[in-house]
Amino acid sequence: MTSLTKTRSAGPIRRAMSRFLDNGAAVAGAAILIPILLITLTYDLWWPYKPNDIDLLAMNQGPSSAHWLGSDGVGRDIMARLMQGGRISLLVATASMVISTFIGFFIGAVAGLGGRFVDGATMRFVDLAMTLPPIIFLLVLASIVGSGVMPTILVISLLSWPVLSRMVRARLLELRERDFVVASRGMGAGLWHLLVRHALPNTIDILVVYATLQVASGILLEAGLSFLGLGVTPPEASWGNMLNAARATHVLENYPWQWMFPGAALVVTVLAINFVGDGLRDAFDPRSELK
Amino acid sequence: MLQYILRRTVVGLLMLLALTVLIFTLLRLTPGDPIDAYINPSVPMSAADLVALRTRLGLDQPLPVQYFAWLGAALTGDFGYSIQRGGEPVLPLVLGRIGPTILLMFSGLAISVVVGIAAGILAAVRRNQFADLSLSTAAFVGISSPAFLTALLGLYVFAVVLRWVPAGGMLTPGAPFSVGDLLAHLILPAALLSIGHGALIMRYMRSSLLEVLSQDYVRTARAKGVREFWVIVKHAVRNALLPVITVIGSTIGIAIGGAIFIESVFDWPGMGLLMINAVVRRDYPVIMCATLLTGACVILVNLLTDIAYAAVDPRIKVA
Repeated sequence: MTSLTKTRSAGPIRRAMSRFLDNGAAVAGAAILIPILLITLTYDLWWPYKPNDIDLLAMNQGPSSAHWLGSDGVGRDIMARLMQGGRISLLVATASMVISTFIGFFIGAVAGLGGRFVDGATMRFVDLAMTLPPIIFLLVLASIVGSGVMPTILVISLLSWPVLSRMVRARLLELRERDFVVASRGMGAGLWHLLVRHALPNTIDILVVYATLQVASGILLEAGLSFLGLGVTPPEASWGNMLNAARATHVLENYPWQWMFPGAALVVTVLAINFVGDGLRDAFDPRSELK
Repeated sequence: MLQYILRRTVVGLLMLLALTVLIFTLLRLTPGDPIDAYINPSVPMSAADLVALRTRLGLDQPLPVQYFAWLGAALTGDFGYSIQRGGEPVLPLVLGRIGPTILLMFSGLAISVVVGIAAGILAAVRRNQFADLSLSTAAFVGISSPAFLTALLGLYVFAVVLRWVPAGGMLTPGAPFSVGDLLAHLILPAALLSIGHGALIMRYMRSSLLEVLSQDYVRTARAKGVREFWVIVKHAVRNALLPVITVIGSTIGIAIGGAIFIESVFDWPGMGLLMINAVVRRDYPVIMCATLLTGACVILVNLLTDIAYAAVDPRIKVA
């Protein structure tokens, strides 16, 4: 831990940082994640191939010095598609994370602070939305919204918020009774003021952890949907629809590099994000220092 | 006890009713005209006929009226007609797909329960030793890898490279039915389906058993000189199983989700495959019926879990 020679002890954020850095798995996760982010965001500056360039002279070739990870059925470079796919997957996951965090926080906060009737109504709705297995709900939403990048973001956002709103509500039910909130209400604070000045700072740890883990779950959901042909549609690349190619038996049997690399990228990224998320959860929990 | 069961049943039925409202509303928000569900696309119809049909079916009525009409029909088993299959009634279509799905899910569930609990016991007894560490790592990987990826890998390794089992379908086409053939097709998808759920069960079993093993009555049993094997089996495992039963029931949704991907990879002719095709072709009557049946199954399983739990644990009856 930080040295005790200073007269002033470190603030909560700094302590959380040092707890995070003490967690080997979390640091390893971050060390894997940051290069992946850099590569997917900058690949078109240094990689010679474009993800949708067709080369009919180089169809279905295995990994070589020209195409590091091989090429697909119309001669597109797998490495380029993998990096563009990563960009799309991360874009979908991040955008849906932002939307679902916003919805989840807002509904959870209104339920927690808005009084019994609003609370009962919204929470019963959340219960209901969580009755269906997530995949089934995902399919129903996908059938309504359709496929493509924007619809996929929408579907994943709509599916994911109930979990967060439950956690936010539970925290705020407790907060609502605290003196500073009661005082603030007594002085005439409106719902908006309560949300921004009291609910947000007091649930920020939940939000950060949820947001991190939601990126991982968003990547998995996008991959699942695209794998079934309901998410991001070709020719746009995503890790899920690259795996979708392997549903054709001849691709699965003869060209394993076309689906194994996206699969590996998917698992590695998701694992890394989950490690970081777990690390953040421990870092934000002051009790974990006592262990 | 009876009162408890009744109350849980009523809550379950209310959930189901609310689910019908949710699904009905969601699907009426969709683009397209609900009347498509009732038209046989191969028979031409005039505009006047369409208006007449609309009036006869009540599609000119306000939504709540339509909902109750639909609910009434659904209760008698009338879910409309499939769009993708040229006007086949939906209910027999969906019911015909339940058998294979139940077969697949229960085989997967059986494997995951047996393996998960056994591995959980082993990991708890050999805590922090090699067996525990390797099993826990395997469980972590099992939970983290998505079902469609393990399904693809499993298919590639066992059906393509090793050629131990057939690569998909439920029965060999054209061959006479035999149990051996069915089992050969079943074993790989069922085993792959059990990975995620089994890993979850193993984790819960491990932590639950570790907690029980530190209880006073386990120490007492050891102090009395009961052999270690019987301490584990008779005293510890029986008590540790209680929370695991709830987990098995409440995570059934994970198994259903996994089953959809497995069915899609292995061309298993079940509800999941039907549902995916229905979503791709926007066959709303089929989606509606399949979703409702799945929701009903989940609610039923949760209800049974609650009741089983109350039957096993005497403390719950008071609540």
